[in-house]
Amino acid sequence: MDNDIAISVNELTKRFGDFTAVDNISFEVRKGEIFGFLGANGAGKTTAMRMLCGLSYPTSGSGTVAGYDITRQPEEIKRHIGYMSQKFSLYEELTVIENLTLFSTIYGMTDKAIREKTAEVFRTLGMEGMRDTLVKEIPVGWKQKLAFSAATMHTPEVVFLDEPTGGVDPATRRKFWETIYRASSEGMTVFVTTHYLDEAEYCDRVSIMVDGRIKALDSPDGLKNEYGAATMDEVFRIVAKGAQRGD
Amino acid sequence: MGNAIDIQGVTKKYGSLKALDNATFSVPEGMMFGLIGPDGAGKTTLYKILTTLLSPDAGTATVAGLDAVKDYKRIRAEIGYMPERFSLYPDLTVNENLNFFASLFGVRVADNYDLIAPVFSQLAKFPNRRAGALSGGMKQKLALSCALIHRPKVLLLDEPTTGVDAVSRSEFWDMLATLKEKGITILVSTSYMDEARRCERIALINRGRILDVNTPSKLVESLEENLYNASAKEMYPLLEALRSLPGVKKCYTFGATLHIVTENDFNPAGAVSRLSDMGLTHVSISPAKGDVEDLFIKLADNG
Amino acid sequence: MSIFASMIEKETLHLLRDFRTMTVVLVMPLVLLLLFGFAISTEVNNVNVVAVVERHTDDTRQVLEKFRVNPYFTFKGIVSFNEVEPMLRAGSTDAAVVLSYDGDRLCHQTIVDASNTNTAQTSAAYIENLLNGSAEMPIITHTLYNPRLKSAYNFVPGIMGMIFILICAMMTSVSIVSEKETGTMDLLLVSPVRPRTIILGKIVPYFLLSCVMLALMLALGYTVLGLPFSASVLNVIWVTILYIVLALSLGLLISTLVSNQVTALLVSGVLLMIPVIMLSGMIFPVENMPALLQWLSCVIPARWYISAMRVLMIQQLPVSYIITEITILASMTMAALILAVMKFKTNR
Repeated sequence: MDNDIAISVNELTKRFGDFTAVDNISFEVRKGEIFGFLGANGAGKTTAMRMLCGLSYPTSGSGTVAGYDITRQPEEIKRHIGYMSQKFSLYEELTVIENLTLFSTIYGMTDKAIREKTAEVFRTLGMEGMRDTLVKEIPVGWKQKLAFSAATMHTPEVVFLDEPTGGVDPATRRKFWETIYRASSEGMTVFVTTHYLDEAEYCDRVSIMVDGRIKALDSPDGLKNEYGAATMDEVFRIVAKGAQRGD
Repeated sequence: MGNAIDIQGVTKKYGSLKALDNATFSVPEGMMFGLIGPDGAGKTTLYKILTTLLSPDAGTATVAGLDAVKDYKRIRAEIGYMPERFSLYPDLTVNENLNFFASLFGVRVADNYDLIAPVFSQLAKFPNRRAGALSGGMKQKLALSCALIHRPKVLLLDEPTTGVDAVSRSEFWDMLATLKEKGITILVSTSYMDEARRCERIALINRGRILDVNTPSKLVESLEENLYNASAKEMYPLLEALRSLPGVKKCYTFGATLHIVTENDFNPAGAVSRLSDMGLTHVSISPAKGDVEDLFIKLADNG
Repeated sequence: MSIFASMIEKETLHLLRDFRTMTVVLVMPLVLLLLFGFAISTEVNNVNVVAVVERHTDDTRQVLEKFRVNPYFTFKGIVSFNEVEPMLRAGSTDAAVVLSYDGDRLCHQTIVDASNTNTAQTSAAYIENLLNGSAEMPIITHTLYNPRLKSAYNFVPGIMGMIFILICAMMTSVSIVSEKETGTMDLLLVSPVRPRTIILGKIVPYFLLSCVMLALMLALGYTVLGLPFSASVLNVIWVTILYIVLALSLGLLISTLVSNQVTALLVSGVLLMIPVIMLSGMIFPVENMPALLQWLSCVIPARWYISAMRVLMIQQLPVSYIITEITILASMTMAALILAVMKFKTNR
């Protein structure tokens, strides 16, 4: 096992009846990388992500996440990853500090570690003033950053972000991505799905899934060169054009 | 040519919060009109007033020549509305949804099929699939078909493409263009700036106020600031370094590069050498052309 | 097709698609009826009895003979006094009768296993009745209206009171609120459909479903459970329909007050279902409750409905005996309807 690899997937397949949601995909993600996992609606991104998070068994193939086997050690994986789904997976009726403490406790952090980590989060996000504010009362941009912090309180090796910026305005999305850069610069591996292709430009490497298979995988510059496109948006259109699974 | 939508001094308060503050603008008949603003700017409230779900505290709104308060019953037959969230019955099939909405307006699907055909043709392949089992792009197309089935004069679309992939979004906008050709007025809000560029005119809205109304290109021209492209091998450190430089007002990611908004006395060459001294490699800074996205970021910050 | 018809068609489709809920709604009341009617019977049958006899005489033989022939008792034989407690403990008998002589007078003592107080009281009463029958002045009890003391009857009104709250108040409010949650209510309101039609379109399918349930339960009640059948069944039906309309109005009222399905379920569950079970006299007789709870039970619609149903179904008395109940139910319906419609209008 290469020490530099955070996620490694080998011929991973998931079938539901005679429908092959994920069809024989293989790739590796290096530690500290921001990996963009793109694909059209219904391409199989969510299914693949669920397998990587240890929530679903592959039909065949194998993979490791943070050094743990996705079929044999799903519980270990859950302990070593962070997960943030669409928009904000926070409890609206709890305060900011209560949310952070709750998520830390779930991951078995000690009281002392929780105190230190929450202090650090408030400092880096500049949220000291919102400590005791109910989450439902804070603006969307803050909620997102907070949700990200809650998902990474236990300093996981890999964090999975499932369309973290869906339906969010461009200014707020940018601020959120700066949080992602910071995490990545501190060595965290970020695995992210998005429909905003300008965001794909910010990833170290990008894969594009079409009909259950990975059709393209390279750095944004590499993909643009390969397809003779000026932007990731064009690359995506070229690659996803032939998709059979309109649904 | 008359106005399909006319909003005059509309104000709506929720307690002490002004969701809409003296909003005024109009949309000529047959136009593709964009409504752009950050989350919480008041877009959804505006849609609720135009669809007669809310009445304004002050001001008047007319849609298709009908007053949104007095003629609310007649307006309803003239508008097609797609709310922000997917709002169809997930446990009913594609056809059942469509038939149901047709019957609400007292029309038959067959009578208006020509209008929805370009949108619905892909869905027609699986008429008996439950709406809940459709993919994001297909759900959107079904919702649009249902909003169109009674041949409305005005389409009101509140962030219709959220969560939809790029290819489906572009198909969706091609369909909107076809509908516009048929003379339907479209008021659409979006958080995708590539979509904003496809509108004929745009209203910029923030904190309940309409800040400007113009064509996308005119609006972008009004960006009088000094705007530069910046890139380096190490992008995140570059972002932080640029923000610390004098003369830099703002710096944000823009596609594969960064955009910097600067003071008049900003010296690009000097900045490049300073950044290289800070240990960044392959640094380049060049003048950039403004875009709707820059406009949006300026709007969101100035609030 | 008219708007109204297609509203109803849509609602019917929702119901049919939600297979699990439908199963619960259709099967639960029938299972409850049969459970309460047979399995959970408060009648006491087959009471095991042993006797301790100090001195055998003609009188004692007569008493024992009564236990032997009575269908409610199973006579397990004569034992010595010391054996009684171990037998009760082991559960091999439910009661013991000790027959002794005070001079020439035959005395008796009854020992009952009271680990289930209900059975204990009833079997003690049976035994007393039986023994007193041998006294010089026998007590003659006429049980009116439910001559065989069959408990099945008693539960029919209670279960009906419960099931209509479930279908009408709970399901209606959840179905309206779920449309608010998904945003489809906005689409309906934005269409030219009148709010009145929307509400009726929501209410009518549940009303029809309730009528189906009413027919099913009455059929079961009059056949399997053997409720006495008479012309009063017509009164049962129209009073029940009044109660159904009341429950629908309550469901509508709840749906205008809350904004998500869970709250709708909780409000209708806590405010309507639990009180129906606890306070309506379905399981615990209202007369035995503390005064405060008795007062509280007055605001529970099911209390009045159930008491009206007892009169109509079991006593089979004419409507003039339940004027109070009907008046209260009718005014509750009016109040709930007016409140719901007012609330629905001001929401805009």
